[in-house]
Amino acid sequence: MSRNPLIREVPPTSWFLRHPRYMRYMAREVTSLFIGAYCVLLVVAMQRLSAGPAAWQGFLDALRSADSIVFHLLAMAAAFYHAGTWFNATQKAMPLQIGEEFVKGSYISGAHYVVWVALSLVVLFLAGVF
Amino acid sequence: MAKSNKPVVWFPFAAGGTVIAFCMPVIVVLGFLAALGHVPPGLSYEKLHAIASGSLGKLVLLGVIALSLWSSAHRLRCTCYDFGLRADTLIATLLYVAAIVGSIATAVFLLRI
Repeated sequence: MSRNPLIREVPPTSWFLRHPRYMRYMAREVTSLFIGAYCVLLVVAMQRLSAGPAAWQGFLDALRSADSIVFHLLAMAAAFYHAGTWFNATQKAMPLQIGEEFVKGSYISGAHYVVWVALSLVVLFLAGVF
Repeated sequence: MAKSNKPVVWFPFAAGGTVIAFCMPVIVVLGFLAALGHVPPGLSYEKLHAIASGSLGKLVLLGVIALSLWSSAHRLRCTCYDFGLRADTLIATLLYVAAIVGSIATAVFLLRI
């Protein structure tokens, strides 16, 4: 008598609705859409910058629309969510051992957050935001 | 000996993920200010052109954009697969080619400045 084989039906398009953990994973996956789109915008920005002052001003003017503000809000949410989850993962991805002891995970992630905030403030300062 | 292209794909992915985590939020915030009409002084043509004129500025801009593009391409490939688009070879080829074309285009634009 043969045993029945175990068949797990995994729906390819809705599997992540089964568990909040999968939903969080997919939420992070979706951030790549907005970040990818923003990267394309940066390539366009470099093209406009290389085309001269008028082209650059046209690019800045084109950014000023309701659609663009909504897109920027979504891209900001995606960028911050990606950054937070990335820094939280660093303690798992690169545990640091000094002597016999492992450095506490919260120190590794915390150090990343500190560098991130400092770097962001420096960029904002250099850009003349404050 | 078995050879794998994985390190070639993975190194820029990890580097790009780090670059995106550190740099993308502040870049989008600057873009958001411009979208609101409060263009930061640093985004004026003169300032940005001066930054992109130097070789260090070119290198930083190209590094941030190219690594972010590559990482995004890799992540989008995984996202497509997770949403049930299983034509992985086609999607991977399209996305990686797009990332390479975008990076080369960025380098060309920067060299013109």
